[in-house]
Amino acid sequence: MASFIERMCLYRVLVLSVFLSITQAVDRSNFKTCDQSAFCSRQRAMKPGQSSYTALLETLELSDSHLTVQLLNNNNKVLLLLELYRLQGNMTRVKINELKPIKPRYEVPDVLITDPPTELMSVLAQDEHRVVLSLGGEDWRLILSAQPFRLDIMEGPQVLLSLNSRGLLAFEQLRIRKDTISHKISSTVGSMWDKIKSVFSSKSQTDTEEAGEKEDTEKHDKEKVSEGEEEEAEEEVDQPGMWEETFKTHADTKPNGPSSISLDFSLPGVEHVYGIPEHADGLKLKNTDGGDPYRLYNLDVFQYELFNPMALYGAVPVLLSHNTHRTMGLFWLNAAETWVDVSSGQGSSEVPQTDVRWISESGIIDVFIMLGPRPNDVFTQYSSLTGTQAFPPLSSLAYHQCRWNYNDQEDVSAVDQGFDEHDIPYDFIWLDIEHTDGKRYFTWDNNKFPQPKDMLQGLLDKRRKMVTIVDPHIKVDSSYKIHTEIRSRGYYIKNKDGGDYEGWCWPGNAGYPDFTNPEMRKWWASMFAYDQYEGSMENLYTWNDMNEPSVFNGPEVTMHKDALHGPWEHRDIHNLYGFYVQMATAEGQIQRSGGLERPFVLTRAFFAGSQRYGAVWTGDNAAEWGHLKMSIPMCLSLGLVGISFCGADVGGFFKTPSAELLVRWYQAGAYQPFFRAHAHLDTPRREPWLFGPDNTALIREAVRQRYTLLPYWYLQFYHAQRTGQPVMRPLWVEYPEDIATFSIDNEFLIGRDLLVHPVTDERSSGVTAYLPGNGEVWYDVHTFQRHDGAQNLSIPVTMSSIPVFQRGGSIICRKNRVRRSSSCMENDPYTLYVALDSQGNAEGEIYIDDGHTFKHKTDKQFIHRRLSFTANSLSSSDLSPDSQFPTASWVEQVNILGAQKPDAVTLTATDGGESSVEFEFDPDTAVLTLRKPGVNAGVNWTLHLR
Amino acid sequence: MSCALLLLLTSLALVMGTGTAVEIQRPRGVPQSKRQFYEENKPFTCLDGSSTIPFDQVNDDYCDCRDGSDEPGTAACPNGSFHCTNAGFRPAFIPSSRINDGICDCCDTTDEYNSGATCQNTCREMGRKERESLQIMAEITKEGFLLKQQLIHEAKRGQEDKQGKLTELQGSKKGLEGKMEALRTVKKTAEDPEKEAKERHLKSWEEQKELIRMEKDKTRMAEAFLELDDDADGYVSVAELQSHLELDPDSDGSLTETETQGLLGGAGKVDTSTFETVWSGIKDKYLSEVSTYVMKTYVIQSFPYPKGSPGSGRSNEVSIIRFENANVCTLLSASQSLICGPEFIWICRNLEKEIGFDFGPSAEFAYLYSQCYELSTSEYIYRLCPFNRVSQKPKFGGSETNLGLWGQWAGPEENLYSVMKYDHGQGCWQGPNRSTTVKLTCGKETVVTSTSEPSRCEYLMEFTTPAVCQEPASLDEVLHGHTEL
Repeated sequence: MASFIERMCLYRVLVLSVFLSITQAVDRSNFKTCDQSAFCSRQRAMKPGQSSYTALLETLELSDSHLTVQLLNNNNKVLLLLELYRLQGNMTRVKINELKPIKPRYEVPDVLITDPPTELMSVLAQDEHRVVLSLGGEDWRLILSAQPFRLDIMEGPQVLLSLNSRGLLAFEQLRIRKDTISHKISSTVGSMWDKIKSVFSSKSQTDTEEAGEKEDTEKHDKEKVSEGEEEEAEEEVDQPGMWEETFKTHADTKPNGPSSISLDFSLPGVEHVYGIPEHADGLKLKNTDGGDPYRLYNLDVFQYELFNPMALYGAVPVLLSHNTHRTMGLFWLNAAETWVDVSSGQGSSEVPQTDVRWISESGIIDVFIMLGPRPNDVFTQYSSLTGTQAFPPLSSLAYHQCRWNYNDQEDVSAVDQGFDEHDIPYDFIWLDIEHTDGKRYFTWDNNKFPQPKDMLQGLLDKRRKMVTIVDPHIKVDSSYKIHTEIRSRGYYIKNKDGGDYEGWCWPGNAGYPDFTNPEMRKWWASMFAYDQYEGSMENLYTWNDMNEPSVFNGPEVTMHKDALHGPWEHRDIHNLYGFYVQMATAEGQIQRSGGLERPFVLTRAFFAGSQRYGAVWTGDNAAEWGHLKMSIPMCLSLGLVGISFCGADVGGFFKTPSAELLVRWYQAGAYQPFFRAHAHLDTPRREPWLFGPDNTALIREAVRQRYTLLPYWYLQFYHAQRTGQPVMRPLWVEYPEDIATFSIDNEFLIGRDLLVHPVTDERSSGVTAYLPGNGEVWYDVHTFQRHDGAQNLSIPVTMSSIPVFQRGGSIICRKNRVRRSSSCMENDPYTLYVALDSQGNAEGEIYIDDGHTFKHKTDKQFIHRRLSFTANSLSSSDLSPDSQFPTASWVEQVNILGAQKPDAVTLTATDGGESSVEFEFDPDTAVLTLRKPGVNAGVNWTLHLR
Repeated sequence: MSCALLLLLTSLALVMGTGTAVEIQRPRGVPQSKRQFYEENKPFTCLDGSSTIPFDQVNDDYCDCRDGSDEPGTAACPNGSFHCTNAGFRPAFIPSSRINDGICDCCDTTDEYNSGATCQNTCREMGRKERESLQIMAEITKEGFLLKQQLIHEAKRGQEDKQGKLTELQGSKKGLEGKMEALRTVKKTAEDPEKEAKERHLKSWEEQKELIRMEKDKTRMAEAFLELDDDADGYVSVAELQSHLELDPDSDGSLTETETQGLLGGAGKVDTSTFETVWSGIKDKYLSEVSTYVMKTYVIQSFPYPKGSPGSGRSNEVSIIRFENANVCTLLSASQSLICGPEFIWICRNLEKEIGFDFGPSAEFAYLYSQCYELSTSEYIYRLCPFNRVSQKPKFGGSETNLGLWGQWAGPEENLYSVMKYDHGQGCWQGPNRSTTVKLTCGKETVVTSTSEPSRCEYLMEFTTPAVCQEPASLDEVLHGHTEL
């Protein structure tokens, strides 16, 4: 029925026409450019040159864990404190804060999983110009130069990275507003204090400069300023936008004044940098010279544009650099609005160089330099800081069916039935905002969903699951329990005047709970208990949308920066909000099961560390070929910075896909980590069977391919959780010395062993896939045809083609009995695909557990085995002898690709008993198929080819 | 078929310890019709002939045949199917991926022989329920079919009536044409006498026409005002006018608030007096909601228009008589305007249209023409006027929304008259124009039983009518045709 939807549409039209205007693409005027952002334009106006900062080496202190030294701003005499840490695992942390800020500056909590363990740092050499520190090993050094201040990280004679080499360090100290009484008092006190100080100043300091005196840098060089002393410098002139700023109709009162920070990094020898998601742009970061910098500010961007550095829903301030010798990472731990300039070009002496500059609106400089040297090392280093991808329930790696909206219980049941009628598997069906009672989350629309538990039980009976949306904007309604509780507990974010902040979102007027408050998060988590969230059951999971947060009538469709989270401004924490929402929601799901079950929570907004709480998707994309293509670099970029569980709305959210686009999107989505179809309310229905039998068959086949590969996906996520390696990887991660791979973002690897080149062009008759690796061989997974590595392979395609290749030297386990849902396949047997490398060897792994609890962790209930083919024998051996798990799964078939015909095949079972195994050899494809070895998947066995 | 025999043929699964293959020795899952191909202890040839395997590899939980025929009773083949006998209900095939998946698919529970799922045999109960509902359906069909015969009969008569009327009208048109021909001759012979008199008369005739026109226009305006003023507050508001997409000035398919306000002369709402100016701007495009032109012709016929109005069908003859003695030329032009005039053409065209409608193979749907059927939900009143339009009106104020105009019969080839399609309704934001699919099912009553909006702006209506009732098979046939045993 139209009821709600109709109103919603009207409401949306109203809202959108006022705040977003109805256009076919993003209305850029709603979002700031760097020029329109006061701090960004202020900072960016500063050009490279000699830094105005001097490191006061005489203040240097070296402790076991770190080094501190003061930095003097020669212009205004403000002192900063630099802290340097050598962290375990080949990382360096650089922290810069005001030595004595008039009030504390925000330091991002909760993102680091622990206080990073440090390693001893020792001084190798020191003179008045510089200090040389050892970073371990023979020739890893850090050079701290005093005047101008800069840091260089060296390996032998080679500079890996320089900090402030372009002199763009800028740190706007907190100050007192000049037109206030307090300012007058404090400046009077200040100058008195200066006079007192000058009397008692150290011997070496003879002449304290008067305020307003002309600056003389040379003189400063000679000066020795002892720790803790300050000088009154010339009055700094306020620039527009420092104390207030207006964008469109929105005023940002800035009671704390300017507080932005900036720092530059130079990467000699580097041409390729990646990361800093989320942007709808290619994998390799582009030069931002002459355009806007990449922006990191979580925003709900309506109909976003492609190939654009504009901010999107999430922000991970992590940048990776890569060349044939080394991969490094920079993690800029700051949650305020941030802009990143990237400039690649020739450095000195014809060596390519990339310069990167970070600008943030508030907080401190806290940067982690991850020194690699291999891509895997950077992933290990970064995950040691922010954690790894949460190990998801197996079923969440299967197919998700979503739409805004499945209208009512009958609709849900009809769609569920439709999948069975068309024999297409699915695991999750999703309900968007219309399922609630008037957008009051944790409730159900009584007319449309009168019996949610019956509905959930119906799904449970088919071993399927559901996700409902729970957004962080809470309808202001005194009869709504969630609202009244949050209000009475004082858990709402406050506006600048101390009242509860209110903004417009789906329910109309809404409050925004302060998720930065741990008490609030605890309470929120408790709302997911079965007796609190009425109508919920164990097969109901959660989707956090709009958590940038989205505020329809706020500046840039988000929250006013002067809103308050306890003592902190929203300005300080903005990019963390969505991170906390997902954290609290995931915690709620864990708690409701008594800590037993793994959660599944999808979020739109995210930050560094969000990988610990679930999945993300690329937000409101569109049914266009360009968006299908873009799904690859967007998820690759997220994988590089720890967030592996990524996907794009299959089919495209806005607009209506052609049948061809929809099919191609299913084919691509089936090989991306988070596989969910979704559609806008205003688009026609697009369940897989609505496009004629041929397209239904194509979609069925794509989804079935996903299901057969679930054991492989699950293994990749097991690895991701343990090691932080991305599941979906750019080719260069596995082939770091092959320059041809560095810019590829139309194909990708899943783990190490599967290479996917989806068809993303309309009416395509062929694609050219790059198969990497000199000496590597690749097997087409559909035809088993063998191809050599290090070549561009032209592949003719039809509508049924999904070009996927298995790496020679790998063993992949599949479950070929595709059933209604992944849970139904739990006990099914495995088929092994042994793809021989040029030496006739192959290796792989198998991982099995219950698929949904934490028992793999708490009780060591899992199977992790190595499968190895060498010297004509395939054997399974235990990789984790101290764990165990009973499995009913067995090995039904082994396919050896690139094999020769044996005379006989025998199986040696665990007990040593031997039996012969039937086999079939296809000389055309060189595939040897072993019939029904029948051994349990959890035991030792060997198959011998003779 | 013999239930006992099947049971004998299928033995219980032999589970060879945890984690080993399920071994089934007998051809479980084979329908009786294919039993002959599964002969124990003889090599089995895949039903597609692709290969031959030892019999002990049939149902051994490993797929040998490309067509899946060697594993009718296990989930080993991706393309296999499993036969459940379902004694007491209907036998069925299920995809073999549903064997032992923990979900009960066959009502006789035979698909879950090794999954640990506890299934209840529900065949008898399902069979009983099905028989009951079939019985009810059969009765409905029987009565509905009788009603349908009546409808066909009535339709035939109605059709003849209308054909007659049309013929009559066409005849009178011919008569008028004859008269005109005569007048032309008169005119020719009279040349141009009394030119002045003619002009004078013509002028007064024009004035009179103008007056009548204005009168008519006023009436139309008043009607339109009442119609538009949904909440009867004496004002026509932006929201009330907005549903009239035909007024869209830039014809982009959507009538925005701003555009509507423009139509209202910048005001948010207008009263009757202000509406006059608004009306002059919109009257050419305005389409009435309650009655399309088709219905209006009926109204015209029974509604006494101001006398002397040359435009209305009823008074044609009056005016002809009146002007018989007047200027020949005027008379001629009057006659001309009559037979070429809009009303006459409308009547003829509508009669032709109605006769030309596809009311089904025996015109059994003709009785729905010019009727409307309503369904009231918690928030809306849905209205289906077959062969005309579908609309939705909020119960608690707000304007009516056009959900589609009659398009065509849209059932599947073998049953074309089971689905009606209405399209080109009011446009949706960023979406298609609204459309409605009406599914017709056999029933004694003619009634809208449900409405839904499965996809945004695509409505689905269920509608029962005796006109789709098929000649019932004998009840015995119905009941016995569906059950085995």
